[in-house]
Amino acid sequence: MNADGLAGRIGGRVPDVLVARGEVTAIVEREHLLETLAWLRDQPDLALDFLASVTATHWLDADPAFWVDYELRSLPHKHRARVKVGLREGDAHLPSVTPMFPTADWHERETFDFYGIVFDGHPDLTRILLPDDWQGYPLRKDESLGGVPTWFHGATMPPVDERGMA
Amino acid sequence: MGETPETTALDRPAAEAPSFRDPATGEVRQETMIINMGPQHPSTHGVLRLVLELDGETVIRCKPVIGYLHTGIEKNTEYRTWMQGVTYVTRADYLSPFFNELAYCLGVERLLGVEAPARATLIRVLVCELNRITSHLVWLATSGLELGAVSVMLYGFREREVIMEIFEALTGLRMNHAYIRIGGVVMDLPDDGPQKIRRLLDLLPGRIDEYETLLHDNPIWRERNEGVGVLSGEQALALGVTGPALRATGIGADLRKDIPYCGYESFDFDVPVRSEGDAYARYVVRLAEMRESLRIARQALERIVETPGPVMIDDPKVGWPPRLSVGPDGIGNDPAYLRHIMEESMEALIHHFKMVTQGVEVPAGEVYSAVESPRGELGYLIVSDGGHRPYRVKIRDPSFVNLQALPAIIEGYLVADTVASVASLDPVLGGVDR
Amino acid sequence: MPVERLEGVNLGRTPEEVEEEVERGVLLTTLDRAVGWARKQSMWPATFGLACCAIEMMSSGAGQYDLSRWGMELFRASPRQSDLLIVSGRVSQKMAPPLRRIYDQMPEPRWVIAMGVCASAGGMFTNYAVVQGVDTIVPVDVYVPGCPPKPEMLMYGILKLQEKVRTSEPFR
Repeated sequence: MNADGLAGRIGGRVPDVLVARGEVTAIVEREHLLETLAWLRDQPDLALDFLASVTATHWLDADPAFWVDYELRSLPHKHRARVKVGLREGDAHLPSVTPMFPTADWHERETFDFYGIVFDGHPDLTRILLPDDWQGYPLRKDESLGGVPTWFHGATMPPVDERGMA
Repeated sequence: MGETPETTALDRPAAEAPSFRDPATGEVRQETMIINMGPQHPSTHGVLRLVLELDGETVIRCKPVIGYLHTGIEKNTEYRTWMQGVTYVTRADYLSPFFNELAYCLGVERLLGVEAPARATLIRVLVCELNRITSHLVWLATSGLELGAVSVMLYGFREREVIMEIFEALTGLRMNHAYIRIGGVVMDLPDDGPQKIRRLLDLLPGRIDEYETLLHDNPIWRERNEGVGVLSGEQALALGVTGPALRATGIGADLRKDIPYCGYESFDFDVPVRSEGDAYARYVVRLAEMRESLRIARQALERIVETPGPVMIDDPKVGWPPRLSVGPDGIGNDPAYLRHIMEESMEALIHHFKMVTQGVEVPAGEVYSAVESPRGELGYLIVSDGGHRPYRVKIRDPSFVNLQALPAIIEGYLVADTVASVASLDPVLGGVDR
Repeated sequence: MPVERLEGVNLGRTPEEVEEEVERGVLLTTLDRAVGWARKQSMWPATFGLACCAIEMMSSGAGQYDLSRWGMELFRASPRQSDLLIVSGRVSQKMAPPLRRIYDQMPEPRWVIAMGVCASAGGMFTNYAVVQGVDTIVPVDVYVPGCPPKPEMLMYGILKLQEKVRTSEPFR
């Protein structure tokens, strides 16, 4: 199914659907996330049965502050779709999709590791890429890049985020 | 060796594992052993740490611990221009740098709404397929080494050197090339390029035959790989496994055929599929994929020779302005181009300066672009807020997801099979940890 | 050992010092040289390949750029049996403690080559996750820049290290 057909079909169930650059994005509330994913997987003509990736984006001083992004792919029908959930700054938790898609296990751990978003019902929500005793959530926009100045003989160059170019 | 024993340790719940009463202290102790493999280990294919719980020689439980190569690539791209992002992502999965660059550039080009010229697309296909061959060669070499077949290591790297020389002639570097850039590729093929590549393509099939002669019916290779690390199709799909590991379970999903990019629908190739799902099947699939890559590379080369034209897009807001060429001391700016911007045209100098320091300006939006890398679906979620820098680049690396299948293919087998199973999944820790 | 002192030859030292040094120097210099030569001839590297540089290190151990010419093709898995630690690749914060532990487990004499810019100085990754140069963790003898360095560059670094080993004092 092409993007517009997909959008029309999904739009029957999920009101907030948009098509941009050939890709379909459905925006849902966190309460409807699990049932939407189940519906997308169970419809025989959609069959979005493969979860490719789970990640998040942080928008500082915006509402919602976090967008959690689920990339879906259909192996029988060979099309893609995306489901997004918006979260507020102090309220960054949502249900885990690991019971439905076991592949989400490490993806959700990584999202927690980078952003501090809690996935309720995840079997083992611990840090995965950073050391276990790391403080902070580095990919948030209010965390700095954390580099050190580069030392030359008699001069230093500031790290990338402090150079003030472009 | 290689077959799951009759009553495995998994049949007994952990609490009932053989236990005994310690005569010294009187406490009841289990007989299972918890050992740690890695992160520094000659056979774990990189800095992967496996915590194994053993009952004798059988692995009862396995927990992979990753993150020992975490480099913060995703955060770093947010502080660099779009073009500099190419040099960062190319080092994520360092055995398939061209695929990283290709997925990233396809995504950014989709955000920009531009398309690379036809010749550039064909060159991209050619170098990507050659990269697939080098990646599978490193897999074969290191897997053979880890299982004890040391000569396979030397043969694999011998072939890889031939292809590395081609890469060096094309891009100036042997690895981590930053060759595929937004808008095309940065340099055209050298004049003797097609002839060199043709010679390479004539050489390789015989060499792959050598590997088959060496390994295919080798009793030791078969014993160590057949029946080891069996992954069923449903398990693979549930765990998100893609690539040769999925195609060895009987499911022939390949992004080049399913959701084609870069004109792959016009190339004539097959996707090898096996159904046993064990390490030997994955080996057979990868060897067959090497042959298919040779087919595609040959077709791409013939089309490149017939398709003259630019290799970088003409759009002044997007195309990388410097013209590069390979000189006596390596790759660098073309002297004719330098003369043009320094002596002839002020506007060209200003344009060069702006494009190199600030780069392209990508309209706001988000895009998910995926390619079929040697390990599976390599996807990039690229989010732009309309500026000169990426807002978020998420790398969906196939090795990261495939490693989740490790407990499924290691538990219940012997410790020695752990090495064969990990090797057959072909994880590259640079992509896993980014 | 009888020493013949030449009249008028000025060595800048008192005659007693010269005699002492000659007595000591003849024996030790030969032994120094012999030990230094033996140490450099068959240095065994420990397998410490981390990232992209590890692939180039493997290439330099393979057939085309053969490290076996210098007796180094045998990469020992156990650090307790190796002399040389080639830190090849970016060292993340999580990997720093294992790196130090591997270095501590190596028996003396031991040398460290920082291969690649990421090991030498953090490379292009000036961020929270990468250790900005392994010389903050282990003492480095030779730095080989490059991203990744070609096998020939690594071999040049190894030869420089061998020079250093050959001409160093083994018993100080």
